[in-house]
Parts: sequence; structure tokens; C-alpha cells
Amino acid sequence: MLRQIGKRLATAIPSLIGVIIVTFLLTRVLPGDPAAYFAGPAASPQAIEEIRKSLGLDKSLPEQFVRYVQDLSRGDFGKSLTTGQTVIIDIKTRLPASAELTLLGLIVSMLIAVPFGILAAVKQGSIIDHACRVIATAGVSLPVFFTGLLLVYVFYFILGWSPAPLGRLDAFASAPKHVTGFYLIDSLLAGNLESFRASLAQLALPTITLAIFSLAPITRMTRASMLAVLSSDFVRTARASGLSPRTVIVTYAFRNAMLPVVTTLGMVFSFLLGANVLVEKVFAWPGIGSYAIEALIASDFAPVQGFVLTMAIMYVLLNLTIDMLYGVIDPRVRLEG
Amino acid sequence: MNRREFLKSTTAMAATAVAAPSVISSAKAQSRAETLLIVSESGPNNIDIHGVGTNVPGYEVSWNCYDRLISHEMKTGPNGAPYYDRDKFKMELAEDMKLGDMSATFKLKKNATFHDGTPVTAKDVKWSLDRAVSVGGFPTFQMGAGSLTKPEQFVVVDDNTFRVDFARKDRLTIPDLAVIVPAIYNSELVKKNATEKDPWGLEYTKLNTAGGGAYKVTGWTAGSEVILERNDAWKGGPLPKVKRIIWRMVPSAGNRRALLERGDADISYDLPNKDFVELKDAGKLNIISTPYSNGIQYIGMNVTQPPFDNLKVRQAVAYAIPYQKIMDAVLFGLAKPMFGAKPGTPTEVAWPQAHGFNTDIAKAKALLAEAGHPNGFETTISFDLGFAGVNEPLCVLVQESLAQIGIKCTINKIPGATWRTELNKKVLPLYTNVFSGWLDYPEYFFIWCYHGKNSIFNTMSYKSKELDGFVDGAVTAAANGDKGAYEKDVKGFVDLAFADLPRIPLYQPYVNVAMQKNVSGYQYWFHRRLDYRALVKG
Repeated sequence: MLRQIGKRLATAIPSLIGVIIVTFLLTRVLPGDPAAYFAGPAASPQAIEEIRKSLGLDKSLPEQFVRYVQDLSRGDFGKSLTTGQTVIIDIKTRLPASAELTLLGLIVSMLIAVPFGILAAVKQGSIIDHACRVIATAGVSLPVFFTGLLLVYVFYFILGWSPAPLGRLDAFASAPKHVTGFYLIDSLLAGNLESFRASLAQLALPTITLAIFSLAPITRMTRASMLAVLSSDFVRTARASGLSPRTVIVTYAFRNAMLPVVTTLGMVFSFLLGANVLVEKVFAWPGIGSYAIEALIASDFAPVQGFVLTMAIMYVLLNLTIDMLYGVIDPRVRLEG
Repeated sequence: MNRREFLKSTTAMAATAVAAPSVISSAKAQSRAETLLIVSESGPNNIDIHGVGTNVPGYEVSWNCYDRLISHEMKTGPNGAPYYDRDKFKMELAEDMKLGDMSATFKLKKNATFHDGTPVTAKDVKWSLDRAVSVGGFPTFQMGAGSLTKPEQFVVVDDNTFRVDFARKDRLTIPDLAVIVPAIYNSELVKKNATEKDPWGLEYTKLNTAGGGAYKVTGWTAGSEVILERNDAWKGGPLPKVKRIIWRMVPSAGNRRALLERGDADISYDLPNKDFVELKDAGKLNIISTPYSNGIQYIGMNVTQPPFDNLKVRQAVAYAIPYQKIMDAVLFGLAKPMFGAKPGTPTEVAWPQAHGFNTDIAKAKALLAEAGHPNGFETTISFDLGFAGVNEPLCVLVQESLAQIGIKCTINKIPGATWRTELNKKVLPLYTNVFSGWLDYPEYFFIWCYHGKNSIFNTMSYKSKELDGFVDGAVTAAANGDKGAYEKDVKGFVDLAFADLPRIPLYQPYVNVAMQKNVSGYQYWFHRRLDYRALVKG
């Protein structure tokens, strides 16, 4: 097993190298001039040149690339000019914020979408099936910033149920001691229930926003793959043998229908992690998506490269996890290097 | 997963969502009363104004965490609210300033200390000003605007006495010592944290406050919040009333407004104009609008290339701009018009002031025909996407209006990061932009925006020997205190700027600040950021 994982990781190396080269080149092709941007509004051409030099941007492209790779090999992702921190620190503090939100959103979405999809498949053509279709379509067609703002308007502004959309914590609360970076887990580890509740309250609206958005692919995929499985021979046999409908659906049919669902989950997760920029903006969430966008707007190369590289690594790990899950779900599928 | 579990889990979810409202405990309520919560779109990237590429929010931190030798008194502004007094200085770290003919001598407050308790000495002052003129980039540039360029100009007389020698007579030298840049640093602390590669310790001050100002930064998460605590040992002025400042970055303007209206945030100052107008009408909050000092939004034209090298074309554009529509539909009245002065209005010795153009399409058409473009021409109008909220609707209105006289404009949206690069190239034919100067003197504005030395802000590449003569004359007259010559020269360059019309002033933008009714003490400063030291809550 370990050897297979190792083999699998080794195949990811060429793609990572590709990612490094492509992001480096792409950021250099961007039209912005970071030196002019960071020299400030009143800079003379000479001041801009000084800054260009101090950023190392006066060197030729190959030279810059060699320096970049050398820094990378030491684990140095460079420095962000927009936040003033090293990219590593930024990503370390921001990735958990995004990951916590995305994971929770995905879990909520899954808790609703999977049962919904199964029901829709079992009672094909019924009201539930139609409701499933309508809700999923509506969820995916509402842009997240709209759903987000609507939720803030109703639950914070009108009803006052939700706390102020001020990011991960209320302005007057302090963050739990850093262990995992996931506030829910860290506050529980610290035994601080008040902090746990406060973080959960802050998470509620953005989580629901994300969940609504990701309902569609999961519901539809569950329904489709359940339909395929339900019409297969072994389900007919199981039914004919007099097994209870529950056993047939949950134990036999659903387990076999899970493979494509898990694949979709993986895809939705990685998609959400990068694409929840808008949710992060609406809820002032200090996540990695808004970080990358802000850096991109300022032509701040280092964070953009760091972000893309982190994402690439996460994709590789995610795919590996999903492949291993296949083996657990269906013993016929085994990892192959 | 079955139906029952599913139902259970969804009800649990719904329950947590409903149970979410936070109950503020009494300890929290106490700290709330002593804390000011500020929300704004973006935060600092560096808390030292001397740093490389420090952004404007960073200036606000520097202003409140560092002292300068001198600062400005307050007066009543155009809107009745406190407004800094350009001509009256008050002592901050200095207790006394003696102005000589070619130097100024400062006595330092004897009991003033830095945040770590070390006393402030003349040595620190010299080191700090040396740093400002030596690090390069914006701080050095700003010091240069007041003829402060060389470390030799800063002299330690004794531990408590410090002298600034003037390089030449310049009226801007003393005001330039009261801007944000000449902040006084704890030189020993910074030197201890400096490295060979970074002799001025910029890396250290980027993340740490090393001054003796009224506040110190105790927590900073880039892009999400800054926490400042009051320095109870501050000697630069009366002890500020607010103990703690929490400054949160909330990117969505709608949410900033919601936070204000719900009473969760105390102050916000970068909301869209429409929101400010609605908040003002609702009357639940205090809204203070102040025109930018020495600042103008304008339409610029590149005078080195056809068709805008032709004065008649520029005049045609000036008659075709829908001034009033821009005021109403883009700014919702929150700006001071800089157009439509009645014919015969005498030119004032002041800047900004209104020009005489008004929207007059027939006249514009005639001028364009005279200029040899009876059927108009095609061009592009560019703007900075970083300020799209105002710039985009403004350019659309101008585009519509110019189309009526046959000028077909394509709108060119330039991202914030490239805007300055594009300006520097000086090739944009037609664009809108804002300029505002910290030092509120007409000649200061003209040096940057119209003078033939062609700084980046002379975006039109306008060059006129005659105008340069007026500007240089005004600078000399001001330094020598020759009032008559000064007034003549200022009127001269203002008249010429309106006659040659390389740029068309539109309006003076407003700084809008919205705060809760129980927050008072807001002061307008030349840097347009908040001064926490004067704010009072409750």
C-alpha cells in the first residue's frame, strides 16, 4: 500500500514542476508592473527603479526563475507585498480558514444532497424527485454572492439572529490557541465552549451559502448513479429474495452507487476551495481565495505563485485520497501506480 | 445514512443556526464601551510609512502610533466640523519651536518616552529624519517636497535640542515637518533590529511599532484586522479617550453599511456615495462630508498628440461634459462642483476653484467644426478600475455626451496595478483621474500637475514656459513673503490653466465618514485618514 502511494506521488512530480514553470511565466506575462504599483502614488521613475531592484525584478527572466526555484527548495515561497508577510505565513493562517469553511459547507451539502438524491432516485417521478430538481437548479443558478448577501440581509440585518458578518470571529472575541487552525476543533481542544459556539455562529451563514451552491452536482450525481444501480440485476435479485427495501437501497444499491458520488465530492471540494472567493468577500472571511485575488489585482507575484502551488499540491493529495477511498468502498478497485 | 438520521442532522443544523445569536457577557460589554470598532474595505500592508510600498491604510497606523515634532491646530471647517489649520502649528514632541532665517530650532519635551520607556532624545529625532531622507521612495520624495533632502540639514544641538537647517528658503519646509513622513522612531530599538542588508531596520518596523505615539499596535492580521491599544504614558497631547481600537477589514460595502446600521460598528468611511446619502437621510448615524483639501477629479487630455493638441478640441470637450449629471447621478451631490463659474467672476488666489465651462452641446459642436473635426473622431477614455465605483459611471456619462458631438469613445478599464504604469507612459489620450496634495498650497498642486518638469501627475504632458514662470515665481514670492507678487502669480497660473485647458476639473471629492451618534471628535486631516486621538465614544 505504502509503496503504491509512493509511486503515485512520484507521478505527481512532473505535473508539479509543470505548475511551477507555468505559474512563474504566467505571472510575468501579467500586464501590471509591481514596482510602479508599490512605489506609491508620488514615485519618481528613479524611485520605481530602486524598488524594482530591491524586488529583484531588474534581473532577466531565467535568473529570476533560478532564484525562485532555489528559494522554493529551501521552502521559501517569497514575500507578499500586499500583506507584508511571508507567503508561507499567509497561507498557513488563511488555508485553514478556507478549508474549515469549505469542508463544513461540503458536509452540510452532503448531508442534504445525498439523502435527497437517493429519495429522488427511489421515488423517481414523484414530488420529491421534482422538488429535488427544482432546488438543485435554483441553488446552482443563484450566484453565491447573491445568496450570501441575501442571507446576511435576512438573518443579520432584519432578524438579528446571526452575528455580524465580520469573518471568523466576533470583533471582541479572541481566537482559540492555534493547533489545527480550524477554530471549531481548536476551541474544543481548548475546552472553550463559548469560543466554539461563537465560531460556529460565524460559520453558519457562509456554510449555508456554500452548501446551497454545491447541492446541485451532488444531488444530481447521487440520483443518476442510484438510478443506474437500482435498475441493475443484483438489485432485482435482492428484491426478489425478499430483502427489506431499506437493506436493498442502503446496503446494496447505495454502496455501489457511491463511487461516482465520491468522485464528485472530491471535485466539488477542490472547486469550492478555490472558488469561494465571493463568499469570503461577502463574509469578510480571511481565506485563501480572497488572498490570491487581492494579490493578483496588485500584480503581487509571490502569493499568486504560492497559492497556485499550494492548490496543485492539494489536488494531488485529494486525488490520492479519493483513489484510496475507492479501494475501501469497492474492493475491485485497487490503487495502481 | 437513512431518513431518520438525515432528519436528525438537519434539525440539529437548524437548531444551531437559530441558537447563533451571541449573548454579550458583561465583561465584553465593558470592553465594548472602551473600544472603538472601525470597519473599512482594506487594511495596511506595512505599519511604517517609510516602508517600501506602504499603502494608504498603513499611513493611518503611522499617524496614530508615531509622533512628529509638530502638528497642526484645529479650526472649524467648511461644514462646521473640526478641520486642520494649515497655518497654525502645535507642538507634539517638541515643546518649543524657534524659527530663524535659515533654520528652525526645536526643544524636545523632557519627559517624553517611547513605548518601551526609553526617553526621546535629539539623537532619535536626527536618526529618524535622516532615515526619511535616505530610504528612498515615497518618504524621501515627500521630504524633498519641503526642501528637506540631506542628513546634514538635521543637527543635534544637545540631548534636548534639535535644529533643522534649511537648504533654501521654502515656505513648505515647516508644513512638511508636520506631515506623516517625519515621524520620530526609537532609534536604538530599530538599530538593534537592523541588519547589514537592511540598515534602517525597515523589516522590523514593517511589523512592529517603534515609536512613542498615542497608540501602539498590539495585534495585526494582514487583510483582516488591526488592534491598537492606547499608550497611557503619551506626552504628545491630552490623553486620548478611547482605550482600544479594533479595525476590521470588511470588503463588502453592503455589509459595512449593515454593520453600521445595526450599531455593531462604530465608524466606517469608505462607503459608496449612494449609501452615504441614504444614511444621511435616514438620520440614524452621524455623517460628516468634507471636501478633499487641494484635491480634484478631472478629465485629462494628452496635449502632445492629435486630436487633443488642438485647443479648440479641448474646449469642445469641456463644453460637452455633462457636469451636472455627473454630480447628480454619480456622486449623489456629495462633491463640490468645480465648473460653471459665472462669467466675469474674478479669479481668486486659491485652489481648487471653479472654471467657467458649462454643458453646451451646440457650442461644443461649433468648436469641434472650427477645429477641423466636423464629423468628430474616435478615441478611448481610460479610468482606474480601483475606483470603478465613481469612475465607471462617470466615464459612461462622458462617453454618451461626447457621442452627441461626434466623438466616439471606447471605454478602457485599467486595473489598479497597471494604472500608474500607464499614466507614467503618458500616452493615454483621454482619461479621468484624481489628484490631491497633502500640502494645501496652490503652487504645490501646480508643481505636480501642470509644471513643465513633467512629474507623473502632469498626466497631460503639458508644457508651458509661461505657466512655469508663474509657478516658480509664486514659490519664490511665498518664500520671501512677497504677498503682491504671490497673488499675481497664482492668478496667473490659474487663468492660464483654464485658458490652455490641458485638463478639465470636474469636482472636489468629499471624504465621507459615517459614525454612530455616540461617537464624536472626528477631525478632518490633510491625509484624510482617521485621527484616533481625538475620537470619543459615549
